[in-house]
Amino acid sequence: MKTYTKNIKTIFLLGIILTSLFGFTQSVDENRQRADKGYAIGDVVTDFKLKSTSGSFVSMADNRSVKGYIIVFTCNHCPFSKAYESRVMALDKKFASQGYPVIAINPNDPSAYEEDSFENMQAVAKAKGYTFPYLQDESQLTSKAFGVSRTPSVYVVKKEGDKFILQYIGGIDDNTQDANAVTKRYVEDAVNNLLAGRPVVGNFTKTVGCAVKWKGV
Amino acid sequence: MRSRNLVIRIGIIFVCLIYGTCFGAYSQNKKVEIVKFEHLQKVLNQVSDTTVVLHFWATWCRPCMEELPFFEELNTTYNPQKIKFILVSMDFVKDAETSLKNVLERNKIKSKVVLLDEPDYNSWIDLIDKEWSGTIPATLVLNSNLRKRKFYEGKVNVSTFSDELKKMCPVTIQN
Repeated sequence: MKTYTKNIKTIFLLGIILTSLFGFTQSVDENRQRADKGYAIGDVVTDFKLKSTSGSFVSMADNRSVKGYIIVFTCNHCPFSKAYESRVMALDKKFASQGYPVIAINPNDPSAYEEDSFENMQAVAKAKGYTFPYLQDESQLTSKAFGVSRTPSVYVVKKEGDKFILQYIGGIDDNTQDANAVTKRYVEDAVNNLLAGRPVVGNFTKTVGCAVKWKGV
Repeated sequence: MRSRNLVIRIGIIFVCLIYGTCFGAYSQNKKVEIVKFEHLQKVLNQVSDTTVVLHFWATWCRPCMEELPFFEELNTTYNPQKIKFILVSMDFVKDAETSLKNVLERNKIKSKVVLLDEPDYNSWIDLIDKEWSGTIPATLVLNSNLRKRKFYEGKVNVSTFSDELKKMCPVTIQN
């Protein structure tokens, strides 16, 4: 009788150990999945240090007076990025003085498209007169951390203390083809809400764009 | 004299009509149909035995261009009564008669191609599939009678995709 209870106890203990182990592996899997998908709204965004077309390295922490950033993952070769180029410049013109400057990041492996090389990034930034840094994500680690899958993609972050909290993920507006036919200005609305101290309404939108070219794929 | 005039007139009208029909058909063949999302929704909501494959692509998307011949080949492999392929172009409307038309001619594309003129992507991407991030190429396979639906983001795996299609449509022309 005594050994019987002991056996039951052992089985019970083993069960607990197995379940907890299983539960643990499952949560690791979930975490990995989330990391693959990148940051979610409300997440703290890790700062980066990327090379700008001006030659210097840029981090979000560099500018201590900002309220946040409009981070635009974009590139040279993509027709959708080209279509939005002047609208990205307009965003910086409108919001940099209000504390939300633009930072543009090219996530693409330049060996996939010659047009996306660092030299060509410099040429475009100069020719168009970019008023914001245009950075190359050479290691592609920052783009992976954000979960960028296509260009152009916008991430609006708000500065809280020393941290940058993600507030908006998505497209710039609702009409890539025709800037004059735009009815919903997703990024402008998001930043205006943040400037007014309100939460962002519609903090996630989906768009079509050019797939990011990852190294070794 | 009068009757000769009449014959000439009838002749001219006849010739014009023939030319008109020929040229009409010719240009219709060459023009890419520009559609709204409603058009796709109608195709998706149709209850029938026919499997529908909606393939989202664009001329500026390199992986799409690499995949295009595969879908064109599938289109010729299957009986159109069994599987209907629609290549949905995400190109801009302004490029319909230039880059899109050129690509279709150069690649001798005979599949049905429509250009989806629906720039507010956020309003319809989820209606194709909730899992779709918006990246192309993307492909939706649907058979309403079999209640089967499969969605693929990115390039499809040629062999698994072909197997999946065979499941949805057991009879093909060739084998």
